[in-house]
Amino acid sequence: MFSGYLTIAVFLPIATALLIALMPRRDQWIRWTAIGATVVELVLTITIFIRYEIDKGGVQFVDLFGNWIPIEGFDARYLLGVDGLSAPLVLLTGILGAAAAFASWRIKHRVREYFIWLLILQSSVMGVFVSLDLLLFFIFWEIELIPMFMLISGWGTGRPRYSAMKFVIFTLAGSAFMLVAILALFMSGQIGTFAMVSIPEEGIVGIPEKMALATGLIAPTALIFAFFLIAFAVKLPVWPVHSWLPDAHTDAPTAVSVMLAGVLLKMGGYGLIRISAGFFMESPDFQIRDAGWILAIGAAISIVYGAVLTLRQTDLKRLIAYSSVSHMGFVMLGVAAVSATGSKTASGGLNGAALQMFTHGTITGLLFLLVGMTYERAHTRHIPDMGGLAPKMPLIATAFLVAGLASLGLPGLSGFAAEITVFLGTWDVWPIATGISAFGVVLAAAYILWMVQRVFFGPRPERFDDAEDATIVDLIPVVGLIAPIVIVGIWPAVITDTFEIGIKATLGL
Amino acid sequence: MINEAGSWLIIGFPLASFVIIGAVIRPFFNRYAIVAGYLTILAVAISLGLSIFAFISVADAGGNIPFESREWLSFPGLVIPFGIMMDSLTVLMLITVAGVSLLVQVYGLGYMKGDKGYAKYFAFMSLFTASMLGLVLSRGVIQLYAFWELVGLSSYLLIGFWYTRPAAAAAAKKAFLMTRLGDFAFLLAILYIFTLGDDLLDIPHLYEAAQIGAIGATAATWAALGIFAGAVGKSAQFPLNTWLPDAMEGPTPVSALVHSATMVAAGVFLVGRFFPLFELSNEAMNTVALVGGFTAVFAASMGLVANDIKRVFAFSTISQLGYMFFAIGIGAYVAAFFHLFVHAWFKTLLFMSAGSVNHASGTFDMRYMGGLRKVMPFTYATTVIGGLSLAGIFPFAGFWSKDEIFAHAAEVDSPVGWIVLILGLTAAFMTAFYMFRVIFMTYHGKFRGGVDKENEDLRAAGEEIDEAHATARVHLAESPWTMVMPLLILAVAAVLAGYLTNPTAGYGIVDQHSFGEFMTENHQVFETHEAAVHAGAEPKFNYGIAFLSTLVALSGIALAYAMYQAKLISPANLTARFKPVHRILINKYYMDELYEDIIVRNIFYNRFAKRLASFDITILDGVNVQLASWTRRFSGVLGFIQDGQLQTYGAVASAGAVVAIVIFLFWA
Repeated sequence: MFSGYLTIAVFLPIATALLIALMPRRDQWIRWTAIGATVVELVLTITIFIRYEIDKGGVQFVDLFGNWIPIEGFDARYLLGVDGLSAPLVLLTGILGAAAAFASWRIKHRVREYFIWLLILQSSVMGVFVSLDLLLFFIFWEIELIPMFMLISGWGTGRPRYSAMKFVIFTLAGSAFMLVAILALFMSGQIGTFAMVSIPEEGIVGIPEKMALATGLIAPTALIFAFFLIAFAVKLPVWPVHSWLPDAHTDAPTAVSVMLAGVLLKMGGYGLIRISAGFFMESPDFQIRDAGWILAIGAAISIVYGAVLTLRQTDLKRLIAYSSVSHMGFVMLGVAAVSATGSKTASGGLNGAALQMFTHGTITGLLFLLVGMTYERAHTRHIPDMGGLAPKMPLIATAFLVAGLASLGLPGLSGFAAEITVFLGTWDVWPIATGISAFGVVLAAAYILWMVQRVFFGPRPERFDDAEDATIVDLIPVVGLIAPIVIVGIWPAVITDTFEIGIKATLGL
Repeated sequence: MINEAGSWLIIGFPLASFVIIGAVIRPFFNRYAIVAGYLTILAVAISLGLSIFAFISVADAGGNIPFESREWLSFPGLVIPFGIMMDSLTVLMLITVAGVSLLVQVYGLGYMKGDKGYAKYFAFMSLFTASMLGLVLSRGVIQLYAFWELVGLSSYLLIGFWYTRPAAAAAAKKAFLMTRLGDFAFLLAILYIFTLGDDLLDIPHLYEAAQIGAIGATAATWAALGIFAGAVGKSAQFPLNTWLPDAMEGPTPVSALVHSATMVAAGVFLVGRFFPLFELSNEAMNTVALVGGFTAVFAASMGLVANDIKRVFAFSTISQLGYMFFAIGIGAYVAAFFHLFVHAWFKTLLFMSAGSVNHASGTFDMRYMGGLRKVMPFTYATTVIGGLSLAGIFPFAGFWSKDEIFAHAAEVDSPVGWIVLILGLTAAFMTAFYMFRVIFMTYHGKFRGGVDKENEDLRAAGEEIDEAHATARVHLAESPWTMVMPLLILAVAAVLAGYLTNPTAGYGIVDQHSFGEFMTENHQVFETHEAAVHAGAEPKFNYGIAFLSTLVALSGIALAYAMYQAKLISPANLTARFKPVHRILINKYYMDELYEDIIVRNIFYNRFAKRLASFDITILDGVNVQLASWTRRFSGVLGFIQDGQLQTYGAVASAGAVVAIVIFLFWA
């Protein structure tokens, strides 16, 4: 079967990148071409999300092309598809890809190369979310490093090369473990496939199903699980392997920060649910529920540790970066609820985790976008030097406040829906870890409101007198990101109805 | 009979007003900002009309109209319900909130005139009214929590309304953070309640579970204490009391509506909403009573010496909320809500009068006021009525409600009852004193120069004059009618609200104890008649207590008269004699210093967080950097043997070949 939607979604940006490479050197044309492509991509992802049939469930929009590596017995397929878990993340990638393209409007330096790398980045992330073959998944996972390295080191500020290299080394170290784990699964006689899910219509039996029937793997199951976990923990990131994130974020250009916070971190969360939870739910000898306590402890530490460090930051971008460490901890906390399988709330925890990925993507993407705009106007990100900007840029200040309130979990905005679901789902199994994590919400209010106060309120230093507010082009991505934050905040079922399908399959309900 | 859609519309109108002002009027038609005011008034008036309709419907339906429970989110094993809760408590709060809000909006038309943020002000006020109405209408626990937080947001936005003033920006943040600290415990309580039963996030189910004994006493204690912590934060009770005086940085109508009559009373509402849970636990009830009783005295004592008129009223609010908590803590449910109801009217009146004198004198500092009764007779007369009500003098509204609380406390058969009665009477003395101190300092004697004199003194002391003071003017005249009219209406309420709603004697237009009957009709909350009686449907009028409390109040007034009007006792001498006490009181028991300087700044921020941050950089990331540098050094060693020099390679290869040949030859 080959429906083509997903293949187009994956390769449209990279094809546009090729086109841009061949275009005459007119920066304005290049900008519009790139923005146009991401908008088409956004429409395409919206279509995929809406047309995913919830009643039918399962894997849809399958693009299958068997044995693209023609070696006997090497069962690697070109297999794309979305299920309930990935459909909202595909949408998220579409939204943030377009937002990032708009946010790159003011890039002046080597415009052609910049947009080429940005589009390649979008293709690779999209590939990660739609690949249902482990090898293909791994390839997209690795490809994403190249454009990131180029974008941070080429267009970054501060110490861009250091940060870019740190990012690459951390992720590569993690994915080395993942590769070993993937091979171990494939080599295990009773598994012997790369298919990440079962697709009955295509006669494909996926790893989760085979795991449930297997009696043993060639390596200890716990070890394979641990190898996957390391890769995802680095990407998420979780304490203590988070230290690449603040550096990468601080030094990356605005649009790259938006992509990094918005979708790249979600690759880690997606892996946790799709692979760590999906594969190891019924695996022989060892199941993920045995490791729930590790996830819960890691999550609680990340949340509080990240939040306390956020309070200490004086660089606006670094502050948001640390807050990401804290907020992505909620994803892991929600996943820790798998230990409650058999008990009632595992589904709530996992759904909360999935929803938190979506909401954190839009909220933190918006925050980075606004930080970029503020920086362009104030020419500084050093918080003690700022102040009183709100009367000069009321639109940016208002949007910043909305994003900040969403980030601190204000009801009516999407962050609250995700966090409360995670808490309710996880409290039953891990009450202490959840209670500690819930304190992160108090700390979040502290760092967000304090930051807003220091940047936007109070008296204004004279040198900000000619700061201007956002233009229409600036506002397009802002409005585009506020919309899902408000909609999901008021009625989260628009997203969770879809997630629920995927989670149900993962939990084997 | 009101239906569910009609009930949602009570929230819907102010919410629509918020959206229209925020999305249309403010960005595109800010020249016509006055429309925002009219729109808000219209929306709130419709809500009030619907609330009255709801009140009549609930009264007809016997205290409760059951509506459907709906699903906001639903996963296997986890359903988050929402819906409309329509019972006696809801409609009481609806009328209080919508009624006070309407008057405050009318007042705001005049008070906020000429402010740059006129439209924004009414947008936030609409948002607040909508959230507050949503809070009291909530049926789901999570829904209630959501509106609870939204109320906190509106409060944040309104306190920080003049955000270019550092004090306002700081006060807004402080209010949000301190209440959120309480909400953290509230959240934990919600999570805990959820583990007690899948369907307990729906309040009627929770009531049922509490009544059939499905919730044990220990479980109820923990859940109730968590909920109470949330209430302590929102109602500024000890030890989370320090944010409310600072919240007076907001515009005065905000102080009147949000920070005295409605939002801060939401804590009492919260305890009332979960009353069946509290009743299961003696420990929880006693905690509520003692915290309330202590706060009543504690806050009133700070009100004795404050010079800012709004801050005096802020301390007074905290103190009066303390009364409500101790009433509900000793089981006097009806008395607590009776006091909440009447307090809303006379305290709004007092805050509005403070705004009115500010209009004339340009300042809130009573040391620069005086003699205003001649220029603002209406404000003066209404303030005296409000003050007598607050002090609890017969036959003003406050007398009836306060007396009912005392009568209950006297009947409670435990040490807690006596403790809170003594605390309550002490606070009553202080209340009468500080209230009349305000009246004498503000309205009697000679005018002491207003903001002009204050600025002069500030300049003389070499202090900076902030924007608000620099632009304020002395303008000795009565306030415009939009401000006076609400005062007059409230004055009528401050006289009559007590007797008319809950007369303890059975003649007149209203039945005896009609308020109590109405509040305890709800069989969801009060399963049995005994439970309702216990909650205070039929308190006896206790002449002894009434006499005692009146005596206490009158002596407070007399002392204020002696000190500030007749000048028999010099306040300056008294201050000098009790200097340490005065210093502690005027510095609010140094709680701000303890919280902000010592705990937050010194211990948390400059020690704990700083060390954690340096751990993150030097140790955690240091390991990474160290690993990288070892790798580089190691690769340097290996790199030496692969340095790309063909000559070296050739030499080594030749030497190796020679060695190999030699070995080969000699070995073979």
